[in-house]
Parts: sequence; C-alpha cells; structure tokens
Amino acid sequence: MIEINNLRISISDKALVAIDHLVVAPGERLGLVGESGSGKTLTVMSILGLLPEMMKVEGSISFAGRELLGMPEKELAKIRGRDIAMVFQDPSRSLNPTMKIGHQVGETLRLHTNMGRMEIRQRVLELMHSVRLQSPEKMVNRYPHELSGGQQQRVMIAMAIACGPKLLIADEPTTALDVTVQQGVLELLLQLSQDSDMSMVFVSHDLGVVQAISDRIAVMYRGEVIEIGPPAQIIDSPAADYTKALIAANPSIPNADVLVRLAGTRFNTDQGA
Amino acid sequence: MNGPETDTIVIATQEARRSRPRSSTYSPQLLVGVALTGAVAAITLLSLFWTPWNPLTLDVENRLQPPSSEHWFGTDRLGRDLLTQVMVGGQNSLYVSIVATAIGIVLGTSLGLVAAGAGARWGAALTRISDIGIALPSILIALVLATAVGPGNLSVIIAISFWFVPVTARVVVGPARQVLALDFIEAAMTHGRGRIYILFRQVLPNIAPLVIVQTSMMFAAGILIEASLSFLGVGAQPPTASWGRLLNESQPLLQIAPYYTLLPGMFVVITVLGFNLLGDGLAVLLDPQQSRKGVV
Repeated sequence: MIEINNLRISISDKALVAIDHLVVAPGERLGLVGESGSGKTLTVMSILGLLPEMMKVEGSISFAGRELLGMPEKELAKIRGRDIAMVFQDPSRSLNPTMKIGHQVGETLRLHTNMGRMEIRQRVLELMHSVRLQSPEKMVNRYPHELSGGQQQRVMIAMAIACGPKLLIADEPTTALDVTVQQGVLELLLQLSQDSDMSMVFVSHDLGVVQAISDRIAVMYRGEVIEIGPPAQIIDSPAADYTKALIAANPSIPNADVLVRLAGTRFNTDQGA
Repeated sequence: MNGPETDTIVIATQEARRSRPRSSTYSPQLLVGVALTGAVAAITLLSLFWTPWNPLTLDVENRLQPPSSEHWFGTDRLGRDLLTQVMVGGQNSLYVSIVATAIGIVLGTSLGLVAAGAGARWGAALTRISDIGIALPSILIALVLATAVGPGNLSVIIAISFWFVPVTARVVVGPARQVLALDFIEAAMTHGRGRIYILFRQVLPNIAPLVIVQTSMMFAAGILIEASLSFLGVGAQPPTASWGRLLNESQPLLQIAPYYTLLPGMFVVITVLGFNLLGDGLAVLLDPQQSRKGVV
C-alpha cells in the first residue's frame, strides 16, 4: 500500500528523519512508536506532503504505485482525505469550533464526491452511527464544544473514514483522552480497519496501546527505525536497547524485567536496525 | 413533590441557560447603541416615504425661522423645513458610509486573510503598504480626488475606503494568523482543502466577531468623515442634503440662528456615538472567551 525508501527529512542540513525502508501492506496495521521528537509525526506528515516548507524531504514515498514526493499540490489534495485520511491527537483542537458536527463530518464527502445534499446528510448519519455515536440526528446540529473528548474523537474518525480511505493515519489518537475512553476508541479503530480492509499507521509513544492494535510495530529513535516486527517479537524479545527501555518504562506491559533508565541515556542505534 | 418532575425542570432551566447568552453579556453599551442606531436608521428610512415637508420646496419669506409648531426645529436659510432636511440628509450620510464600510470590510478582510495565509514575508509587506494607506489622511485624499474627479459622493467613498481597506487588513491579519496555527486548520489540509477555502471558510468564521465589531466602528468613522468632507464642500453637492453640508451652511449664521446647527450636529453625534457603543457592546457580547471555549 505504502512504501517508503531512503526517506530523508532535514532542516538546514540537520537530519530529522532517516528511514531506509518501511512498507505498510494493504490491510496491515503498523504501529509507529518512539519518544517525543523521534520523528514519528514528521514521517506521517511527509506522507501527506504537509511538512512545513522549510523542511527538505528527499527519497521516495510511493502510495498504491504512485510517487507522492514531488507530486503536484493539486494531485496531492485529491489524495488527501479521499485515499489517505488522518486522525489527530487532540480532537478538541482538531474540529472547527464555529461549525456544526454534521457539516464537518460531511466535509470530505462534499469535497471529494459529487453526492447531493440529501445523500451526504444520509451518509453522515450512517458514518456517525458506524463510529457508535449516540443519537446522530441530534448530534449533527451540535457544535464541537458541546461534545465530550471521546465523542469528538469519534467525530474525527467518522470524518476520516467518510470517503473510505485506503490508508488511515492515526497520530496519537488516544493520548488526549481519558483512559476509560481510550479503550473504546482503540476498539473502534481496530474494528473499522478489519471491516474495510483499510491499512493503518498508528502513531503512539505508548507501546501498550500500539501492541493491542498493530500487526507489526516499528520502533523509532532519533529519526530512524531501529527495530521492526510483530508485537510479540518486539515485546518479548526486543533487540535494541532502546526498545527494552521503552518496554521497561511502560507499566501496562507485564514481564518488563529489563529496567533501564530512559532519561539521560543514549542508546546504541546499531542493533537490530 | 415527586422526583422525576423536579429533575426535568432543573434540566430544562439548565438547557435554557446554556442555549441563551448570559444576560450580563447584554451590556448597557449594547442596549444604548442599538437604541441610538436603530432610531437613526428608522428616521432615515422613514424619510424615504414621508417627511414633514417637501425637502425641495423653498419658502424664502419664512427663512431662518426659530422652532415653531409648524416647523419643529425651524427652517434653514432658504426657508426649507430643517427637520426634513436632516431626515433626508441622513440618507446621503448613511449611504456613503454603508458603501465605504462595505468596500473597506470586504476588501480589507480578504487582503488580511490572504496576507495571513501567504506567510510572514507577505504579511510584513502588507503591513508596510498598509502603513502608507493609514498614514494618508482620508480628508487629504478626498481633496485631491475632488480636484481630479470632481467633488461628490464618489470621491468621498473612494477616499474613505482608501483608508478603511488597510486598517481592516491590519486588524484581521494578526488574529487570522493565530487561527491558522490551530490544529483544525491542519486537519482541513489533510482533508484536501486548498488555501483559499481554508482562509475564507475555516478561518473567517473564527474571526467573525472581530470583523463585526470592526464594521460597527468603521461605520461610525465613515459618518464622521463624510460629514467632515461635506462640511468642507468636497462631499454632497446642492441640492443633495447632507448633515455635513447643513452644518457648513449653518456655520456663518451661528449667531443669528444658533438652533440651525443643533439638529444636524446632534444627528452626527447620536449616530457616531450609537455605532461606537454598538461596537463596544458587540465586542463584549461576541467575545469568544466568554461565549465559547476553544476559539482564539
């Protein structure tokens, strides 16, 4: 589905991301983990071509056989929201406070399809139903601030899946939510990707969350993918010191017997790359 | 008293409280502003259909009459009813101000939004160009235009807009840039929306309160500038009545007929005060920090 080769993102000659090879197969859920600043978000934003202009991007990102890097803005705009959709970290800041929920969910449908007004309305209700929002008929007329964080994130997910994207990028979609709500959102994302055979890149700094949802996990550290493999392999027999530290730092993963202090430690990135 | 019913009542009042802005946001400024501007607008609209006297009928014998039961506010130097003159004069003043404000707000807001979206360098360039526009007094521009194009409403409207456009652009560009930095803008970009759509459909609604308040303030300024220019003879030409021109005509007669200045002057004051109070009141009412959370 998406294949990244020799991706280099830099800012005034300072390398921020260097990924030699990373593939997400159709229908696969790839978890991308790493600490803040490890380049996770930069990597996914480069897929959408939405990095700040001052950043230099080199290499190749091919999506369904088409090269995304260097693609004209007009072509990219057609792919965004239709073929590749994104869910953000903080739903309370990702919805326009001046627009009603129903209008925002229908946004990509208005842009990428030629559905009529009533068709869109109908589809919006279906979408809101499919992300398990209660009484969608009432909710379409609400403004974002009238919803809870979990409801807002479900709205964001409904917006993202509206056009049936082939790839969904979820950038820390549960980080800003209560722990009790996180589980529900995770289950929803998992179910949606299974039902529609949609590929997913799930970005998080929380290995426990990623483990639950991913087919494979890629660990990023200082802009590089230092280890990649199925969750069981990453959690049970991590190769890189940094991965061991990540596991140790996560209280929700049992059997974390390797205790390494994360802070102030510089990890050897040669292992298992 | 049984339980469920009380619960319903409590919820109902909470709903009502939530759906309506708190009464404290209806400030005295807003009420007085609405009353004053409403009165001026009503009187001016009325003059389109009915005036106490025909505004163009001359009655030189009865010129400069003091207020009487026939002419409530007296007559002007050609014997025309002063109240009628002021009512009809409002048409010209409001018309010029509405057109100039509309041009200023539409062009200025667009310019400000585009400059905010175009990045820091263009934003800085716009600010410098705006400074030039703001530095040139509109009275001076109007005087130049009056010589070039000839005096009249066109010169006045161009002169006022020439000042309004850069002022509005500068007011808009900062807040627009703040909104552009928010997450939902990035979200809109991931949906495949272009820059122009995002600026006008995503950013504009979020700075709408600012633009509305700005409109009210500019309208007041427009009235004042129109009156000044008509007073100087650059604006409305006879026989078109205008508050500024009435003041100009009454000025040499101040000692003989002091009431002559009173009515047109009062109308200018009431209108300008009204729109300024309205602007202040709206600023409080529409303050996003009070009425909504999550907006800049």
